[in-house]
Amino acid sequence: MIPVAKEVGSLRAIASGGIVSPTGNPELPPDKEKQFRRELILRALKTLQEEV
Amino acid sequence: MEKKIRVVHYLNQFFAQIGGEDKADVGPEIRAGVIGPGRALQQALGDKGEVVATIFCGDNYFAEQQEQAIDELIRQMAPYKPDLLAAGPAFESGRYGIACGAICHAADQRLKIAVVAGMDEDNVGASLYRKTVYIVNSGASIAKMVPTLQTMAALGLKLARREAIGKPVHEGYLPRGVKHNEFAAKPPAERAVDMLLAKLRSDEFVSEIAPPKFSGSKPAAPLRELKSAVIALVTDGGLVPEGNPDNIEPGRPTRFTTIPITGVASLTADKYDAVHSGYDTAIANRDPNRLVPVDTMRELEHEGAIGKLHEFVHSTGGAHAAVENATRIGQEIAQQLKSAGVTGVILTST
Repeated sequence: MIPVAKEVGSLRAIASGGIVSPTGNPELPPDKEKQFRRELILRALKTLQEEV
Repeated sequence: MEKKIRVVHYLNQFFAQIGGEDKADVGPEIRAGVIGPGRALQQALGDKGEVVATIFCGDNYFAEQQEQAIDELIRQMAPYKPDLLAAGPAFESGRYGIACGAICHAADQRLKIAVVAGMDEDNVGASLYRKTVYIVNSGASIAKMVPTLQTMAALGLKLARREAIGKPVHEGYLPRGVKHNEFAAKPPAERAVDMLLAKLRSDEFVSEIAPPKFSGSKPAAPLRELKSAVIALVTDGGLVPEGNPDNIEPGRPTRFTTIPITGVASLTADKYDAVHSGYDTAIANRDPNRLVPVDTMRELEHEGAIGKLHEFVHSTGGAHAAVENATRIGQEIAQQLKSAGVTGVILTST
């Protein structure tokens, strides 16, 4: 969805876990999925701190 | 012989030759006959119409006391029994443009007469009134005064005589978002191929679909300090509390829901759902943190990595959203977040 985000003017956008699970990945075992989510959120928080 | 159309012309204090910004607070007035640009309007009407009176009002007076200004102007013009109100052109003057749109709209509603306004397409008055009032695009430069008044006169006479109005591009008014059925010489597939071939040849062609224009927005300044940040979670993935109490739409949204999460450590499947017609919600329904990561954000809050997780999640079902509804929903959510002191937002999109 990054091209859509950019098209409508969202300048801080990162790739998510997918259309049906933006902050998850149902393929992973629960503990790995939580780790995945945590890393994604930390990246999102870092993006909020970036100059655009 | 056709009846001569009786026209009232609206001007601001400047074009009514009362004065500049120092006279912007003069109240509504009416004078018989033409003033200033009204001469060019009369010339364009020829013997088909007559400017019987000119109404005017200071831009500041109108902006500050709109209801009162409109009531008074309508009361003053009614005895002249106009068939048409022509307003402006206002070019790129915002207050004047809004006044032109507002008085036209009111005259249409209350006096049931034809109305036409003139202003630049980027005038805020145009975005407010283009759907309800025929607005001729004057451009930003006053040099276009006479041709704009000629277009307004031609369109105004047609409107006053209740004649059929052609397309915006032919009649010179701003598109109003109205669709008419018409017969085309070729079926859609052939027209589409013609357009594609023209495009490949770099020839000119006119699309039949106007793509939405996104105005873009100024990016917020970066967050300097995460440890004191208040972070909110927002989603267009249709998260709702069990039972969807605010009854948000799964698609074509017109509203959003505000979900309290104070004291909620994690979004559990028994208490939250996703309603959305644009993706398979089964995976998010089994663990709603996959849609809105409350569990992880709580952990980060407890660890002190962020200052605070905002106490509400804002959610809408963003499938097939009309751009204007999506824009309004976004603005309303942003307003609530700003008043609540939120400093950063993570929006999860499906």
